[in-house]
Amino acid sequence: MTAPITLSARNLSRRYGQRDIIQNVSLELKRGEVLGLLGHNGAGKSTTLQMLTGILTPHGGEIEICGFDLQRQPDQAKACIGYLPETPPLYREMRVDDFLIFAARLHRVQKKHLHDSLVEAKQHCGLHESGQKIIGTLSKGYQQRVGIAQAIIHHPQVIVLDEPTVGLDPTQIRDIRTLIRKLGDSQSVILSTHLLSEVENICDRVEIMQKGRLIYGDSSVRMQAYGHQPGFVVTLLAPPPLSELQGIIGVEHVEVLSDTRFRIMHTLDTNTSAVLLALAAERGWQAQQLTPIKGNIEDVFTRITENEPI
Amino acid sequence: MIFTIAHKEFRTLFSAPSTWLILGVLQFIFAWFFLARLDAYLQIQTQLAMVANAPGITLSVAAPLFGTLALVLMMLIPLFTMRLLAEERRNQTLALLLAAPISSSQIVIGKFLSLVLFLALIIVCSTAMLFILGLGTHLDFGLLLSNAIGLWLLTASYTALGLYLSALTKQPIVAAMSAIALSFGMWLIDVGSADSGSGLRTLSPSAHAQSMNSGLVVSADLIYFALFITTLLLLTIRRVNNNRLYA
Repeated sequence: MTAPITLSARNLSRRYGQRDIIQNVSLELKRGEVLGLLGHNGAGKSTTLQMLTGILTPHGGEIEICGFDLQRQPDQAKACIGYLPETPPLYREMRVDDFLIFAARLHRVQKKHLHDSLVEAKQHCGLHESGQKIIGTLSKGYQQRVGIAQAIIHHPQVIVLDEPTVGLDPTQIRDIRTLIRKLGDSQSVILSTHLLSEVENICDRVEIMQKGRLIYGDSSVRMQAYGHQPGFVVTLLAPPPLSELQGIIGVEHVEVLSDTRFRIMHTLDTNTSAVLLALAAERGWQAQQLTPIKGNIEDVFTRITENEPI
Repeated sequence: MIFTIAHKEFRTLFSAPSTWLILGVLQFIFAWFFLARLDAYLQIQTQLAMVANAPGITLSVAAPLFGTLALVLMMLIPLFTMRLLAEERRNQTLALLLAAPISSSQIVIGKFLSLVLFLALIIVCSTAMLFILGLGTHLDFGLLLSNAIGLWLLTASYTALGLYLSALTKQPIVAAMSAIALSFGMWLIDVGSADSGSGLRTLSPSAHAQSMNSGLVVSADLIYFALFITTLLLLTIRRVNNNRLYA
């Protein structure tokens, strides 16, 4: 069974004066999916996200969220979205608790659920001890957490995050990525970033944007394999004859690196490494180490954005 | 939803120490003028006693005080309205409101209501001070009420004006300066053309508060205030909506 589609945008476009800044952008998001919107600065990522959340009205195209049209039924559609803009929208003079309750009420959380939602959102974002603090006194990382808490407090189906890890230290980045991954399992998340490692770590799917257009979209695993043949290097202490390795399903080419190390290239979409490991265990080849050969995601990104004729 | 916005704005107002300071100073100034007026009244009281149909204490002490308060509030209101929308834009918090399932009109009306309630509080406190006069004499409650309502409508108009100017800019201080300049200008029109009876005078909100100041509730004035406030609020709503189209 395929997961239901929570967000779909068709042929979005937007002009700024005479200039088209977004052209024909179509996106689709399923429940349980994290979509990364990747692109250089000024590629139109933020503008696209602002249109998806109803802050900007698209000059063309349609947006549907959880089955509600954003133009015709804005209230129902927006109630399904949680949005963290590039600059977290925080009232610096408010306390964390007060602010989160205000955000929850804005998103129509019922009074009897307010307390539970607040506790849950704070728990998710590691804010349980900061409830009484004034937002303006918090560090940048904690403010970012409050921003995320604000976006998830009403349990939205679609969570839109605009560069959620900018300006955070490595530990905070790790925490927030874990959180996003967790949210992505039950809801849908769409995030924009120019950090390629972020895509590699948390996104299921990638859309690359350049000059207001989507130029590449695929699963994040496939993107890493873009232009590369998938493969791995395996160390077998008691290797079988070469022909036996070549006979494994999906294997296209085996290169002998040393007596015990082999570089095995295989076709896309086959789980050759698992098959090989199972065989190794069964036949006593003493597998010691298996290292996938990954395309450097930076190279891939550069290749994709440069290849595209503009 | 309107209430949620109004409630938040109200709380924000009172979380700032400057609000309390302004409230305190305002009461002090009002009390000072009150004393001065009372003093002046006591000096001419004996002469008044000889005049047939002399004006009562409510008309000669309370009514001018409301006029003074209106002038002070005219200068103060822009300081409160300036941050309502301009600051949201500058701190980029408007995104939270625009992305939430509420309409632009709910945002604008919520913010307007919070300030109008706050002003009602100031007016109620000031009127309560005048009740002290009731200890020594009979008060004309009808006149007090018409004065309070007139002042409230007048300040609501200034609030609507300030709110609209706050929606036009990102800089709160620009919003405040232009609101002060505009309301001061309109007041000057009123004062300057008081004798000539020029048509320009009808444009000024303060001119329309005058009959209520003397206890006369004229429906034309009420309609003027309703139109003035509604027009400016509609313009503000339009302006907030335009954020979605042209920002």
